[in-house]
Amino acid sequence: MGKAFGAVAGVGAVGSLVAMKKSWDPLPSVKAAGFTTLDMSIYPEGELITEKWRGKPIFVLKKTAAMIAKQTESQKARDIVVGDAHFMLAIGLCTHLGCIPAYIPAEESFLCACHGGQFNWAGEVTKVPPPRAFDIPPFKIEGTKLVLGEVGPEYQKMKDSGITL
Amino acid sequence: MKNKEPLILVVVVAFTLLTYWLVEPYAHSVMHKHVDGQSFTYADLAPITKTGDATNGKNLVAGAAACTGCHSIEKAGMPAAVDAVTAAQTYGVNPPDLSNAGAIYDAKFLADLIKNPAHALKVEHKFDAAKGKMHPMVAFYGAGGDLDQEVADMVSYLQSIAVKPNQVTPKMAYENACGRCHSVSYEKWTQIGEKPAFKFEKDSLAFDIKVLEYQEALTKYMGKLPPDLSMYIRSRGEHFITTFIENPQAHLEGTAMPRVGVTADSAGKVIEYLEDAGDTKRHERESVGKMVLIYSIIFAVFALLWKKQVWRDLH
Amino acid sequence: MAHFTEATSVKDWLNQRLAIEKVEKVMASEYWIPKNINFLWAMGMVLAITFALLLVSGIFLLMYYQPDVRTAFYSVNYTIMRDVDFGWLWRHVHGVAASVVFLVIYIHMFTGIYYGSYKKGREMIWISGMLLFVTFSAEAFSGYMLPWGQMSYWAGMVITNIFSLGGLHLDGLVEWIRGDYVPAQAFLTRFFMLHVLLLPLAIMGLIGLHFATLRIPHVNNQDGEEIDFDAESKKYLAGDKAGSKVMRFANDFMSKDLMVVGFYLIFFFYLVFFQYGFALDPVNFDPADGLKTPAHIYPEWYFLWSYEILRPFSVNIGLIAFGFAQVIFMLLPFLDRSPNAIPASRRGAFSVWFWALLIDMIVLTAMGKLPPEGIFSTIGLVAALAFIVLWIALPFITMNEKKA
Repeated sequence: MGKAFGAVAGVGAVGSLVAMKKSWDPLPSVKAAGFTTLDMSIYPEGELITEKWRGKPIFVLKKTAAMIAKQTESQKARDIVVGDAHFMLAIGLCTHLGCIPAYIPAEESFLCACHGGQFNWAGEVTKVPPPRAFDIPPFKIEGTKLVLGEVGPEYQKMKDSGITL
Repeated sequence: MKNKEPLILVVVVAFTLLTYWLVEPYAHSVMHKHVDGQSFTYADLAPITKTGDATNGKNLVAGAAACTGCHSIEKAGMPAAVDAVTAAQTYGVNPPDLSNAGAIYDAKFLADLIKNPAHALKVEHKFDAAKGKMHPMVAFYGAGGDLDQEVADMVSYLQSIAVKPNQVTPKMAYENACGRCHSVSYEKWTQIGEKPAFKFEKDSLAFDIKVLEYQEALTKYMGKLPPDLSMYIRSRGEHFITTFIENPQAHLEGTAMPRVGVTADSAGKVIEYLEDAGDTKRHERESVGKMVLIYSIIFAVFALLWKKQVWRDLH
Repeated sequence: MAHFTEATSVKDWLNQRLAIEKVEKVMASEYWIPKNINFLWAMGMVLAITFALLLVSGIFLLMYYQPDVRTAFYSVNYTIMRDVDFGWLWRHVHGVAASVVFLVIYIHMFTGIYYGSYKKGREMIWISGMLLFVTFSAEAFSGYMLPWGQMSYWAGMVITNIFSLGGLHLDGLVEWIRGDYVPAQAFLTRFFMLHVLLLPLAIMGLIGLHFATLRIPHVNNQDGEEIDFDAESKKYLAGDKAGSKVMRFANDFMSKDLMVVGFYLIFFFYLVFFQYGFALDPVNFDPADGLKTPAHIYPEWYFLWSYEILRPFSVNIGLIAFGFAQVIFMLLPFLDRSPNAIPASRRGAFSVWFWALLIDMIVLTAMGKLPPEGIFSTIGLVAALAFIVLWIALPFITMNEKKA
C-alpha cells in the first residue's frame, strides 16, 4: 500500500512538472513578435545593412553586378532574389559560437573577432573555426517585401537541400 | 478510549467557518451597498406604442432629425465627417457610429434618448437646460408629424440596419457602449480604437499622442479620465459591473457616467469582453481545477489506505 | 582521523562518511511519537507542505515578476495572469497558500495553548514557533506589497506609518524604512528583497530550529501524560508494537501526517480554483494610486485581530496596545504559572480563559474588517480591552491552579 500511495504521489509530482515546464516556455507575446517585415527595395548595392529579427542581427547585403557575375553554383544556391535584386541575407552570427563578424568592404569579407573565423561576401566560410556558412533565417517573399519568420517556398528549398540549418 | 477526533474536527471547522463568514460575506455586505439589478427593463422609460416605419425612419435620421450631422452610419455608407479626436474636441466624446445601435441598445432607451438625451442617459444633474447647460446631443422635437411616430420610425430604421441581436459580439458591444470613454489596455483598446502594431516607434508615438489628445478632451467633458477597465472583472466583479452599467447613479450618485442603455444581452456581451481581458484563463482554471480536485481525492484515499495499513500493527 | 574501510555498497560508503543510518534513526525511525495524539498534531506537516507550495509557486512567480513601480502591476496581472502558461495557477496557489498558512498556524497555536504544549521543557518550541509567526507575518506583508495594487500601496502607507510611533513623531524612521517620503520605487525594491531573500532565509532557519526544539522534549500528547520514552521505545523495538505507548515518526506517524495532508489538499485546491476571493482581494486588482485611498481598506484577515487592537484607542494608547498584542503571545510559557501540562478541559479556570481568548480574537478579527462605526466601534473597543484583561489575568488564574 505504501508503494501504491508513493505511485499516486509520483503521478501528482509529474503532473505538476508539466505545468512547471510550460511556465518556462517562451511567452506568446515573445512568439508573436517573431516576425519582421523588410522592404527590400531600400537597400543600397554593395553595402552591408544590419536588421534585427527575434533579437538577432540580420545581415542584408545587396549584391553588386560584379558579385552576381562571379557567383559560383553554391553561392547561387544561397542567393535570395527579390524582383531583379540579389541579396546575401543571413543571420549575422558566426556559426562557431555566436559572435557578430565585422564586414570589411575592401576585402568583401567578414571577420569574426572572437576566434578569427572568416566568411566571404556570399556568407560562406573561408577560414575555420566556423563549421558552416551563415545560417539563413526563415523568410517569405511577398512582392518587394520579405517577411522574416515565415517559411516561403524559396526558404523551404534551401532548408531541404541542406544549405541552411 | 473514546475517539475525540470527530468532535475536534467539528470544533475546528465551526470556528473556521464562523470567522470566514464574519470577515467575508458578512463584512462585505455591510461595507458595500447592495444594488439589485432590474434585468435591464428600464421601467422608468415609456414603452414605444407606435409601430415604426423604417423607410420613413431612414429619411428622418439622415434628414430632418439630422442625426448624421454628428453620427456616422458606416453600414449605410455614411462615414464620419471628422476623426475621433476632432469629434471629441467638439462634443467632449466621439459620437458613436449608429450602424449597430439598433441591436446593442434597448429600443425604449433609444426612443427616449432621441427625445431627451440627458434624461435617457441619467445625466440631468450635469446637463440642465434651465441653467444653460445643454447636453451636446441635441434633442429631437419632431419633424412636423406625430413625434412618437417619428421616433418609432427612427428606432425601427436603426434596428433594420443593425446586425441581428444574436450576432452582437462581445467586442462589438464593448466598443460601442463603453469603448469611446474606457480604454482596455490589456486588449490594446484605446478610446480611438485598437492600437495597431507599428513597425516604427515614431508611428506608435504619433498614435499615442492622438490618444492623449482624445483623453484630454474626454477628461474635460467627464471631469476626470474614465478608468481603464482591463482588470475590472477581478476588481469589481460581474454583479457590480452589470448593475453599474444598468444604472450608474444607483451605485454612485452624481457620477458623470451616463446610463448607456444596453440590452440585457449586450450587457452580457460586455461582461464577456471584460472577462476575456481580465480573467482570460477562467475556462482553463475550471477544467484544471476539476482534474486537480479529482486527483487530490484519489491522493487522500490512497493516503488513508496506507495509514490504515501502517497502523494495523499499532493497536 | 576516523577509520574508513573499503565500502561494500553505496549505502555503506555514504554511511561511513555521513552516518546516514544514525541520522535516519534520529530523524525518523527512532524518533518516538506518543500514540495518544490526534490529527491536530499533523498541523506541522500541513504547514511544511503549505510552505513548500509557497516556495515552488513563488519561484515561478519570481521568473516573471518585475519589481518596478511602473511595471509591477502589469507583470503580475498581464504577464503572469495572461501570458505565462499556468502563470495564473502559481499566483492563485501562492495567494491562497499565503492566506491558508495563517489559518493552519492559528490552529497549530491554539492546539499548543489548549494542550499546554509550551511547558515543562517545551518552552523553546513555543518561542521558536512564535518567532516563525512573526517572520511569516513580515513575509506575508512584504509579499502583499509586490503586485503594487491599491491595497498594496495603502497597506504599505499605513503599516509603515505605525513606525512613527504616534506622539513620538519618528517621521525620519518612517522615511528610512520606505527610502522615500511615500511608498515608491525604493520601498518596492527593498520589500521585494525582503520577501524573496532575507525573510525566506530566516523562515527556513527558524523552521530548522523549530524542528530541533521538538526533538529532545518530544511532542506532547492529548492526555497530558508523562511518557517514559526510553522504556516505551524498548517495548516497541522488542516487537510489542501494539502494547507500546509510542510509535516511530516514520512511517508510523508520517502515514497519518500524510493522510491529514491529503484531506487538507482537497480543501486547499478547492480554494485555489473555486473560492479564491478571500485571499486575492478585489481591491488589489486596481493599480496603485497615491492620490486616491480606496473606500474601505483593511489588512488581510490574519492581521485583523491585532489591527483592531490598534484601532479603537487614541493613537498613542492604540500603539501601546498593539505592541502589547505583538509580544504577549511570546511570553505565554512564563505567564502561565500552573505546574500542569494537561489539556485545558481539565484545568478549570484556564479552560474558561482559553475559550474566552479564542472567541475574543474572532470578535476582534470580525470588527477589524467591519467599518469602525456605531456598534462595531463599541464591540471592537470592548473586545480589545478584553484581550488585554485576559492576558493580565492569566498569571493570577493559573497561579492558584492545583497540581493535577
